Amino acid sequence: MKANVWYGREELRVENVPDPKILNPRDAIVRITSTAICGSDLHIYDGYIPGMLPGDILGHEFMGEVVEVGSEVRNLKVGDRVVNPFPIACGACFFCQQKMHSLCENSNPNAWLAEKLWGHSPAGLFGYSHLLGGYAGGQAQYARIPFADVGPIKVPQDLSDEQVLFLSDVFPTGYMAAEQCGIRAGDTVAVWGCGPVGLFAIKSARLLGAERVIAIDRFPARLRKASQWADAETLNYEQVNVAEALEVMTGGRGPDACIDAVGLEGHAHGAFGGYDRLKQALMLESDRPPALRQALTTCRNGGTVSIPGVYGGFLDKVPFGAVVNKALTIRSGQTHVQRYMQPLLELIEKGSIDPGFVVTHRLRLEDAPRAYRMFRDKQDSCIKVVLQPWADVPTVDADKVEETGRILH
Amino acid sequence: MAALLIGRELMATDITQQGLGRSRLHSSGISGSEPGAQFARRGLQRGSDGLQSADSLEQGLGWFSIALGTAAVAAPRLVGWLSGSRSPTIMRLVGMRELSAGIGILTQTDRAPWLWSRVIGDTFDLAALSLAFTRGNRRGRAGVALAAVAGVTALDVIAALRLTGSRAGQATSGVAGRIDIYLERSVAVSKSPEECYRFWRRLENLPRFMQSLESVRQLDEQRSHWIASGPLGTRLEWTSEITAERPGEEIAWRTLEDSGAAHAGSVRFETAPGGRGTIVRVSLHYSPLGGTLGAGLVKLLGHDPQSRIREDLRRFKQVMETGEIATTRGQPTGRRSLFGRVTQQWGLTV
Repeated sequence: MKANVWYGREELRVENVPDPKILNPRDAIVRITSTAICGSDLHIYDGYIPGMLPGDILGHEFMGEVVEVGSEVRNLKVGDRVVNPFPIACGACFFCQQKMHSLCENSNPNAWLAEKLWGHSPAGLFGYSHLLGGYAGGQAQYARIPFADVGPIKVPQDLSDEQVLFLSDVFPTGYMAAEQCGIRAGDTVAVWGCGPVGLFAIKSARLLGAERVIAIDRFPARLRKASQWADAETLNYEQVNVAEALEVMTGGRGPDACIDAVGLEGHAHGAFGGYDRLKQALMLESDRPPALRQALTTCRNGGTVSIPGVYGGFLDKVPFGAVVNKALTIRSGQTHVQRYMQPLLELIEKGSIDPGFVVTHRLRLEDAPRAYRMFRDKQDSCIKVVLQPWADVPTVDADKVEETGRILH
Repeated sequence: MAALLIGRELMATDITQQGLGRSRLHSSGISGSEPGAQFARRGLQRGSDGLQSADSLEQGLGWFSIALGTAAVAAPRLVGWLSGSRSPTIMRLVGMRELSAGIGILTQTDRAPWLWSRVIGDTFDLAALSLAFTRGNRRGRAGVALAAVAGVTALDVIAALRLTGSRAGQATSGVAGRIDIYLERSVAVSKSPEECYRFWRRLENLPRFMQSLESVRQLDEQRSHWIASGPLGTRLEWTSEITAERPGEEIAWRTLEDSGAAHAGSVRFETAPGGRGTIVRVSLHYSPLGGTLGAGLVKLLGHDPQSRIREDLRRFKQVMETGEIATTRGQPTGRRSLFGRVTQQWGLTV
């Protein structure tokens, strides 16, 4: 099959690799019909994620058709159309029982590695660091899904791929970020970053009853999306002083909740921006957290700072004094996608939200290296790329696919 | 004594009289009166009294590395001049090396490799300085530097050897001179103690989650034959006997004859508070320096026996809770580098 393979910083190749096989009784194999590039894939692309090995297949936002199931998978059958959640969860452990699927205790075969860094290991993830299992990802024509009886959700045929694809990650991630804000009537929510996760957080904050949502970014196209799609007020941090603007907008009190949907490659101007870049370049700091710093200092007393992030390692000059002295609540976590898929699918079916709105680019899987660069550099106002693994291949016949793949190369 | 750790009065006499490494147990002066719980606590703590002096030597070397490294990076010419070396680039590299060694020694729990990295660095420095001493025109300074480095090298070697010798000291008791190893690891499993016990008691199940085991065959109610394979084709066989058993609560065992894997152990299934399943607690007791007796087991468990047991327990949990063991072996990948192939071949697990 064809797959998007990581070979190093800014080095991706779409090439032929062996097809995935069932390895465990609860596995399933899906033929992928749509797969997306996530903002967190860009951290891998830029070389900020430790524990990658050259040869890793990327991608954790994908959907498709079940083509094979293991002996213990009873809820799925060949032909089912499914969307797959990015964390791998067993459904039986202490955390899964509490619907905290991204903390599954049984899905990371390299748990000890993650424990060295974080003390305890979260769930395994598709197409990510070997710290998180090193599972082959879904920017490919096929993928193996472990614990397929717990993760993938069946979706109705009348919804298009783009309407349901983002149930795999960014929609639940934005939704959980907003839900964790504990929004009450009259609340103002500020959201840093208007990429896909930020946009879904903004939209979800609205759905959850926020009175005002303030979107912060530096790209006009993204800010425009935020205001068009979710009626957000917008702040371009290259044009206004965000801290001051938030003061003025909220009567000096600050937003009731702040969401950091930027994560570890945040941009900042001035002294702190340079400071972070230098420290990150010298490997003295793994993550650049300007958005988090600002969220903590601008959030109102007793407010909530929700951090979908992503952050991976060690952050510098985070004003933790603000957390204590302003009695802030911090909420974070990789998304418990399995918990949100069904209720959010219902929102889509009801027509409350059309997630396809974030898509700006539709490309072939072969275009992945170009698509990553475009997405990273926000060329052509890129917000979300969907890749089609079978764009040039009309049949499902595996032998023919191999051939076609070779010819294309 | 050994058995008291495991909380088995009965086994105490058994082991000291006929079981593993009896001479060692006596010669290290262990009396049977020490409360097991206290020993266990101390066993889990790292280096109390006995390792104190070694600790401060390592700390000193760590800070020395930092100081020298900072100086060499910040003022390569000055340090180069003092040591009779000419190239500031080399001095900077030396500085970086010293800094990384220093940070490693001061921050990492396993300091031995970092101390050995200092020893290797020292060797390099000695060679370079000897060259400067024999050939250079600044022989005086080079000579002084050579003598200084030789002194530091001696300290490094002492510290590194001491640490490597007591590496298993992560688990040994803190009292100097004692050579029993006592390990205890536990895992929380969302199944009842009875279910966990039942699976474990069918000893044929054990190879499913204990990575180095090839097979376990039950000989009769109490005795079982074990075959294990270790790294580099090591193969071990032994016969174990269950010495105590409380269904749903505990199984204790020990090896029968001088099999090269002499040990005593127990697994307890404790009801976790709040109806949260079971805490499965494994204790293992063996004598790594007890002649040939425990040596095979040491090979089997590798340099980090705690982790090995922890990984096996993690796999036990996976089998109990999910019916399978999470894996990526056999999944598709792109072209792996040599490093990638090696890590993939051996798995990233210990």
